[in-house]
Amino acid sequence: MTVAIPNDVALNLLVFFLATFLGLQLVRGVSRLLHTPLMALTNAISSVSIVAALIILADPKNELVLALVVIGIALVFTNIVSGFLITERILRLFKRKQKK
Amino acid sequence: MSELFEFLYVVAIAFFAISIRGLSEVRTSRYGNWLAAAGMAVAIAATLSAYAVQQVDLLVIAVVVGAIVGTPIALKVPMTAVPQRTAVSHAFGSLAVALVGTADYYQRLPGIDLFSMSVLTAEMILGYLTFMGSCIAFAKLQGLIPGKPFIYGGRNIVTLSVLGVAIVLGIYLIANPTQSFVLPFMALFALAFGFLLVMAIGGADMPTVIAILNSYAGMSAAALGFVLNNQILIVAGALDGSSGFILALVMSQAMNRSFTNVLFGGVGAVVASSAPGPGAAEGRSVASYTVDDVASILENARSVVFVPGYGMAVAQAQFIVKEIADLLEAKGIDVKYGIHPVAGRMPGHMNVLLAEAQVPYEKLWEMDRINPIFPETDVVIVVGANDVTNPAARTRPDSPLYGMPILNVDKAKTVVFVKRSMSPGFAGVENELFYLPNTMMVFGDAKKVLADLVAALKKQ
Repeated sequence: MTVAIPNDVALNLLVFFLATFLGLQLVRGVSRLLHTPLMALTNAISSVSIVAALIILADPKNELVLALVVIGIALVFTNIVSGFLITERILRLFKRKQKK
Repeated sequence: MSELFEFLYVVAIAFFAISIRGLSEVRTSRYGNWLAAAGMAVAIAATLSAYAVQQVDLLVIAVVVGAIVGTPIALKVPMTAVPQRTAVSHAFGSLAVALVGTADYYQRLPGIDLFSMSVLTAEMILGYLTFMGSCIAFAKLQGLIPGKPFIYGGRNIVTLSVLGVAIVLGIYLIANPTQSFVLPFMALFALAFGFLLVMAIGGADMPTVIAILNSYAGMSAAALGFVLNNQILIVAGALDGSSGFILALVMSQAMNRSFTNVLFGGVGAVVASSAPGPGAAEGRSVASYTVDDVASILENARSVVFVPGYGMAVAQAQFIVKEIADLLEAKGIDVKYGIHPVAGRMPGHMNVLLAEAQVPYEKLWEMDRINPIFPETDVVIVVGANDVTNPAARTRPDSPLYGMPILNVDKAKTVVFVKRSMSPGFAGVENELFYLPNTMMVFGDAKKVLADLVAALKKQ
């Protein structure tokens, strides 16, 4: 049996490998003070999965697909809004010593 | 041929990567966050320009609902509840990815290729289990269900069998993609696995669990990127996944435990008994002191280190800790805070709470930096921490805590330990520290004890 592998899988694997490597390096460099906002920020960033929902929303095949995608967008947009706002709110708390 | 929106995706990806780089310093962190938000806007705009969305009304409704739900979550949640909010965001993110994956499956039916079907199946299982696991994590953190691990004989066999059934159903679906009736059952078993997995994990292991769920949510987003041949999803998912992985690694190393032990070890199930502990059995006694004793010790101190733990968060005592610190600093005493990586209920939790109480962040010292200065510290005040200060982790090879990196507060000249009762910490192990001659136990509610201490210090 021959397995049909779509185009670009090898390229996507390369992208995934490099992005993971970059992610590991970047996160190792994050200040330990900021691990909570880091989690809030990366969670907001991964909400870019809204892109996948939008692509399917351009041409949904039937009502079931449409319903699943619209619920998905509502959930992920909640994360986009709350993710960036709460990261900002947390980061604003971190202050240096006030100069007297 | 490459199109404009694909170049815009590259811009968004660059923004995301640089934004995480921004968190390497507090100074640049807020720019980082806004850069990521800009990247998100670019990605969404690029997609909308390239794909003509037909159901604009439904899109607007979904976005408005998201904004209405998301804004109050972000602006109203108290800082002590940030771990819960994080669990909710993992639940929403992973459910969204699972639903979109499910939608994509129905979209491509019946002509779905083997590779896409395999990745989609893995993505759906991961998404649904992360969703349910995050819901349980939320319920435990919020106190809706007991934080204690739900333990019974053979639980790991049951839990892994449920995952096994989900995987077998998944393989069946991969082999027969048109048999869509299998999908809901596969999703159900994945949900059940997430439920059982996190039910068996105790509250104090939540920092690791949340980080692992963070990683899973990212990985499922990346998997969706493979199916849709969408690189921005692959990169964002990989960044999120690797971040969660590193945090989970930092957390489990700080407890000297493996992921497997955290997930399947059932640690924390030991119920605190009223029977006398080993200390009492060995005829040792605990010296109980009053707030006035502590105030007089502090009067002669030159350096003080606070060691906060989850108990401080529960008692909302971070503001009063800061008040004491201000009083001490006004007397010329040097004040620092020693932060153990797993203190609290998520990575970095204590830093956020103390920052909220307006503690300048240069005073928050992480474990490796604070440990060398304990021998020169006059007074350590432990508020709501326990296991992370237990010297048995260094000295007693028979202790379950042995090998865990701890804050060596016992090396300080005096340790003030504020505690409600003699009950053991999460690991169910008695704290050796209580019996040391340089330890002053002060029993009572953290907030009440510290408020009394403020009054006593003001009298001086």
